[in-house]
Amino acid sequence: MAGTDIIIHDKKDNVGVVVIEKITPNQDCNCWIMENDDSTKIQSINEIPLGHKIAMADLKAGDTIIKYGHDIGKVVKDIKKGEHVHVHNVKTKKW
Amino acid sequence: MEIPKSFLGYKRENGRAGTRNHVIILPVDDISNACAEAVANNIKGTIALPHSYGRLQFGADLELHFRTMIGTGKNPNVAAVIVIGIEPKWTKRIVDAISKTGKPVEGFSIEGVGDIDTIAKVSKKAQEFSMWASEKQREECPMSDLWISVKCGESDTTSGLASNPTVGNLMEKLEPFGVHLCFGETSELTGAETVCAKRGKTPEAQEKFMKTWNEYNEFILKEATNDLSESQPTAGNIAGGLTTIEEKAFGNFQKIGNLKFIDVLEPAEEPNKGKGLYFMDTSSAAAECVTLQAAGGFNIHLFPTGQGNIIGNPIEPVIKLTANPLTAKTMSEHIDVDVSKILSRQMNLDQAGDELIKATIRVANGRLTCAEALGHKEFVMTKLYRSA
Repeated sequence: MAGTDIIIHDKKDNVGVVVIEKITPNQDCNCWIMENDDSTKIQSINEIPLGHKIAMADLKAGDTIIKYGHDIGKVVKDIKKGEHVHVHNVKTKKW
Repeated sequence: MEIPKSFLGYKRENGRAGTRNHVIILPVDDISNACAEAVANNIKGTIALPHSYGRLQFGADLELHFRTMIGTGKNPNVAAVIVIGIEPKWTKRIVDAISKTGKPVEGFSIEGVGDIDTIAKVSKKAQEFSMWASEKQREECPMSDLWISVKCGESDTTSGLASNPTVGNLMEKLEPFGVHLCFGETSELTGAETVCAKRGKTPEAQEKFMKTWNEYNEFILKEATNDLSESQPTAGNIAGGLTTIEEKAFGNFQKIGNLKFIDVLEPAEEPNKGKGLYFMDTSSAAAECVTLQAAGGFNIHLFPTGQGNIIGNPIEPVIKLTANPLTAKTMSEHIDVDVSKILSRQMNLDQAGDELIKATIRVANGRLTCAEALGHKEFVMTKLYRSA
């Protein structure tokens, strides 16, 4: 399918990865879920570059980020659905 | 795709096969680098492998030094070896161990002779080895003669999405042919360690993995002065969208596909439990890891990159692949296989795996990798602690 903007590894994931050069604010994005070959849509809040993550749901400080169906870190600042998810609002639970 | 049954390699005296035919000049220690490099400069068809250590090491660190030196000499990509050290004793220990393969090897020590006379003497032997090796011909070898190591670097989220799973796809397709496979990067499995441990084929392999990971993690926690941001993940990883070590680990782990590992190897240890996948305890720094895997006997390397790691190795060809379309465009001279069409869904994993198999066989047959053509030959010893 042409026109995939975001790929999500697992249906349990609460983040997706931008796979086009960038998405712009308020863009209606097509998302593909690899695990079950399903698709969904999301509207972005920020500009997000290739390879960076977008929140697929509203997340609160203390919540866990799920990617690959697994725990990849904790939310340290509330995140809105469609917002850029990265080092400014998520930290490791290790080290 | 029907997978080829053979490749063209160099058959060695001990039954292994090489994808390359190097004559190496191996310094035992840092102060013998100048002599080794002078010889390699004199005699065409030889390469020197300078490095920074080999003096006053002791205990496990010294054993690792010997294992790396000896394993590098024994690697089937090496036709013949010259070992040069300041003192005769350690030089001889390395020569004797390499000679068990049956390949030509000779040792020289500099003390009491000096660089200039040593260079003259060694150059004569190096010339003989180089001309002898130049007559070796490639012959048909079964796929099981491929020993494939993998390690990723300057990863980003495209690594976990596409280039690492492409390597995993290749592993799943080639394992039935009896190849040896090796992944490492102990510290970079942090966050995925329990999931990874479950991939051990036996309870012993699973326990050994957890013990190895725990020891590495304790060492990191002991030395760490912060949360390791900028080291793990690196600034490059973060620029590429990777946020935490856990995220990097799950991406990294995609490289082994659905395979299980037979055993956990010490750094630079040669596997001895037959064909299949092994985990080697290594650092996640590219050149250190590949140097250890080459010393373990692996003869071809697959290196997925996101943001564009440019590493090569002097004896083990390093094939690079990327799924990041920007890297494929801006750093094309470093990328052997471009799988970025997976992201735009114009290519699936099965097709990408096939492309990587084709590229692997071409390189095994002799095609230069990008890193070889560009002269990358990073040979980096892993050091466990300070010397005495």
